[in-house]
Amino acid sequence: MPIIEAKGLARTFTSRKRGGRPNAVHAVRGIDITVADGEIVGFLGPNGAGKTTTLRMLTTLLTPTAGTATIAGADLLRDPVGVRRRTGYVPQAIGQTQGGTDNQCKVTEELLDQAALYRIGKDEARARAELLIGQLDLGGLGDRLVKTLSGGQRRRLEIALGLVHRPPLVFLDEPSTGLDPQSRSNLWGHIRGLRDGLGTTVFLTTHYLEEADALCDRVFIIDHGVIVADGTPDELKRRISGDVVSLRVNGDAGKARELLARQPVVRDVAATGDGESGDNRDGDGGALRLTVFHGAEALPSLLRVLDDAGITMTSINLSRPTLDDVFLTMTGRSLRDDSPSAAQPADAHPAEAQLAENGSDRG
Amino acid sequence: MTFIDDTLTVFRRQWRLSMRNPAWVLIALMQPVLYLALFGPLLTRLPAGVLSGGASAGTGGGGTAAAYKFFVPGLLIQLGLFGSTFVGFAIISDWRSGVIERFRVTPVSRLAIMAGRVLRDVVVLVVQAVILVLVGTAFGLRAPVTAVLVSLGFIVLVALGLASVSYATALALKSEDAFAPLVNSVVVPLMLLSGIMLPMTLGPGWLQGIARVSPFRYIIDAMREAFTGTYGGTIMLEGVAVAVGLAIACMWLGSRAFLRENT
Repeated sequence: MPIIEAKGLARTFTSRKRGGRPNAVHAVRGIDITVADGEIVGFLGPNGAGKTTTLRMLTTLLTPTAGTATIAGADLLRDPVGVRRRTGYVPQAIGQTQGGTDNQCKVTEELLDQAALYRIGKDEARARAELLIGQLDLGGLGDRLVKTLSGGQRRRLEIALGLVHRPPLVFLDEPSTGLDPQSRSNLWGHIRGLRDGLGTTVFLTTHYLEEADALCDRVFIIDHGVIVADGTPDELKRRISGDVVSLRVNGDAGKARELLARQPVVRDVAATGDGESGDNRDGDGGALRLTVFHGAEALPSLLRVLDDAGITMTSINLSRPTLDDVFLTMTGRSLRDDSPSAAQPADAHPAEAQLAENGSDRG
Repeated sequence: MTFIDDTLTVFRRQWRLSMRNPAWVLIALMQPVLYLALFGPLLTRLPAGVLSGGASAGTGGGGTAAAYKFFVPGLLIQLGLFGSTFVGFAIISDWRSGVIERFRVTPVSRLAIMAGRVLRDVVVLVVQAVILVLVGTAFGLRAPVTAVLVSLGFIVLVALGLASVSYATALALKSEDAFAPLVNSVVVPLMLLSGIMLPMTLGPGWLQGIARVSPFRYIIDAMREAFTGTYGGTIMLEGVAVAVGLAIACMWLGSRAFLRENT
């Protein structure tokens, strides 16, 4: 029995402009989502794609205009309180509204209040608050006012609040937006720990492709209110563009190219450094870029082919396409425009930078 | 009763937050206390009978006693009007911080999210009202304890209704910039038409006519009647009926708006 089973979930907003006819906005247009127990699922999409609307429907904050869903065993429409009882929700921390903590509250007070909202007894609440403070690295902060916490600490507290009642399923809306890279990877550790340690199913939305890639077992890509792709990050990347093998040979690059192009696993071979792509900084003509199905499995056979032909290689590099490539293919848009990581220097993500570069001459 | 438990849970949180800066409870009292100190003395010089106008059958001559019996109930209503209509500001920042949404995804009764806050406001207001009456006594108010209790009852009813509407309105607007002028444009005329400073009976006919639409007019008359030691008359009945009706109507409106999903 899947922990989330949504069928045809849709939400239409009607906005009325003064003097105009009512204008229907189809924020989400009938999506199906199935999530198995214990998965970490990422919900990916550009701003306005319908991510938050979907999340608000799944968490009972918004009534769907069509469709049905069963969440943690409770029917979304008939038993919203049942859904609330069995799920945790950590709202987005940046934007119109924030993550749900009050500046004037102390950390422990927030946790105890949250437990009271789930009608957990005082002693039990105290024990759980203490446990969560330990689990989420909030030790020693129990008596601090929320306003004195750092961004990362505050976010961890907000996640702790979503876990007080030990829900089998927790929704995280952009859990790491606004955090510095270090806090972000720290948070990823905590999110993995939720699933690995407690068996909690995690459904998160994110802007960060690295986040979906690093954290999620499965990814849904939503655009214009429709799910355009879903699968494991690896599946998606394979489906879209194959893997990228860059190699450099000593000597007859033309022959190598010819040989490799004949291999069934190779989808495409391009010589780089031949002026075609403008990437001729090396100028030695020995560099090749291959698009290959199942790159990791194909690599040994490619090596053998070159070896048999007596061609020696000076370097070889296998890189996977990133989710950004997938995203670009599926939605025609890059998520990067929305993501602060775009502003990072290229050498922070060498593989991605390289691929982004390659991507331009591939299409 | 889960609703009551939930309301108390929300109340405890809000009360704790209010008590984190108890100074504000006192600062909110500054305005009525200033009126008491700087405006009240003017009333003590009015000729006998002016203040008791047509409202009740004569409390005797003017002077300090009559002035404060007239003025303190007015200030209590003013405190209630301003104190409870401005509470909505706080819920806008709670909405902005995501606290409202966080509460709405827990199994807690959504109505309790409002009710717990209203309860806190009522308690704060009663504390303020008691302090105001004590200060009034220092200035020369002499009122029966029953009258004070009756007045507190009226304040509670007014606060229950107005605070509910205030929260619902603020949450619908989600903007302090829109909420402040709206509240002012409703509260100020209501206050002026209630005869808080001077009896409406001093006014021309048309003004007295308009003033009849302000529910607080009836409530304040009933409170003033109580301060003269009369509890059983038509004025009192009218006052109670208006106060109860207003509280029920406002709470109904407030809760309806609050339960709408898109808050």
